[in-house]
Amino acid sequence: MASPQRHDLKRYPGFGAVTWACIVLLYAPMLVIMIYSFNELRSITTWGGFSFAWYLKALNNPQLHSATFNSVVVALVAATLGTILALCAALAMTRGRQLKHQSASFALLNLPLMVPEIVTAIGSLVFFLAIGIQLGLSTIIIAHTVFCIPFAYLPIAARLQGLEGYFEEAARDLYATRWETFRYVTLPLTMPGIISGYMLAFIVSLDDFIITNMVAGPGATTLPMAIYGMVRTGFTPEINAISTMMLLVSALFVSASYLISRRGASS
Amino acid sequence: MAALIATGNSQQESAAGLTARQRGLLLLPALLAIAIFLVLPLGFILVYSFLTKGTYGGVVWEFSLAAYEQFLFERDLFTDELVFHASYLQIYGRSVLQALVATIACLAIGFPTAYYIATRPAAQRNMWVFLITVPYWVNLLIRTVSMLFIIRDEGPLNSILLGIGLISEPIRLAYTDFAIGLGLVYSYLPFMVLPIYAAIERFDFRLVEAGHDLYADRWTILRQIIVPLTRPGIVAGSLLVFIPSLGSFIAPDLLGGGKNLMIGNTIALQFQSSRNWPFGSAAAVILLTLVLIVLVLFARRAQQAAAEQGRQ
Repeated sequence: MASPQRHDLKRYPGFGAVTWACIVLLYAPMLVIMIYSFNELRSITTWGGFSFAWYLKALNNPQLHSATFNSVVVALVAATLGTILALCAALAMTRGRQLKHQSASFALLNLPLMVPEIVTAIGSLVFFLAIGIQLGLSTIIIAHTVFCIPFAYLPIAARLQGLEGYFEEAARDLYATRWETFRYVTLPLTMPGIISGYMLAFIVSLDDFIITNMVAGPGATTLPMAIYGMVRTGFTPEINAISTMMLLVSALFVSASYLISRRGASS
Repeated sequence: MAALIATGNSQQESAAGLTARQRGLLLLPALLAIAIFLVLPLGFILVYSFLTKGTYGGVVWEFSLAAYEQFLFERDLFTDELVFHASYLQIYGRSVLQALVATIACLAIGFPTAYYIATRPAAQRNMWVFLITVPYWVNLLIRTVSMLFIIRDEGPLNSILLGIGLISEPIRLAYTDFAIGLGLVYSYLPFMVLPIYAAIERFDFRLVEAGHDLYADRWTILRQIIVPLTRPGIVAGSLLVFIPSLGSFIAPDLLGGGKNLMIGNTIALQFQSSRNWPFGSAAAVILLTLVLIVLVLFARRAQQAAAEQGRQ
């Protein structure tokens, strides 16, 4: 491989240290909050021994139950709708020659990523109130579906672009109908992209606070809204416990999405 | 491109056997969803910013420039004259400054990190990239809460510093501008590392050798060869940090020490307790305009750069 001299040329002193500092900065706050979630004492300066008490308290909090339920329902529905819309759009955008308004369509599909979240949030609020839709879970789901589209679209389109048209052409040559070609050739080959797109959309929906908070109305509370409310009223170790559980769920999802897309890439 | 070539022989139908019309129909639902529930609401904000504010929130359908006037002037309580006041301009200025500082800090940490990762053996790179990616997918609210937790007066950071005797009393970190900056860097750092990494990974390191053969030292090579050739990644990363920082809400709201700290908070406040929808809409229109200007400027520069490279 590289001669020692070349290796030396590429190296910059201090860059490795900065990288480790970067990793520490990214992970230390999360690790600290995890450790303190097991602290028996309410105090955050002293360690009172290992305990699951705060987890029990969080798990037995009825308000958190309904908030979790709402969050999961919203994420399931919004990610499913967003992924279906994104899959259709990705098929249209990648299967064939350039469409007439290809670049404008691409810009529109990615618009939810460009507009600052707070602007989307108040725009949705004003819009829903103006056309007379009652604020609640349904408005949260609509708003989430919209920003789920680009998150699902990007991995699906990347996967479809990586697949050349040969497979589908071969199926068509063997007299497969358009539906059969899609069902038995395109869909299975696109599956890794669809799954990782769905998971990312799900996580993004589960995480959203700013837009949700604006369009939720008085009745519907999601998990991030509940956590925000708790932080505003005062820091309790219960927050550490909930945060740790949510951290783990996110990490699990991202790892799974990463593994699936990697396995997809290697097959 | 591959799809283009593959379908070159069939003029009417695409690889999956779809006509242009059918592809249009497949594309339509997603575009409609975004047009109705995002573009239309943005139009509503634009219209609302020119209306009169209602007494209890909402708007009165009467044309008015009061929302935009409010940015620069204040109506004197006694004489009813418009007097120049800069407090909202200051919020915008402070937001731009705060976002710029966060971008520069992210670049200072992100570039060396991206470079280091890109020069690792290929087998290690994926692992590093994964490590950088995971925090981004973790709930931003929770990450900000955990940052608040460690920098609070009685938090672990202060108790460690007190414990080792570096400071004699807790330093105030939380609820300051510094905390907001730290929160922004913490929130958006992965956005800086990833595009720069992608650019450096494609970089041809033989150019470094060439530079060395021509007696350039390490830092000259970095400045004159590596940075210019990875500029698209640096620009993309900077935009991805700057734009969300400019409109951020959570970091200034939780880590900052006031209410009107950055643009995002000012906008949200108008729809919560202050209840001035036209002013909030105008503030959002101005934020969106700033973002669009930045995006268009950089897109144009990128096009110019691509055209120049094409000529060479």
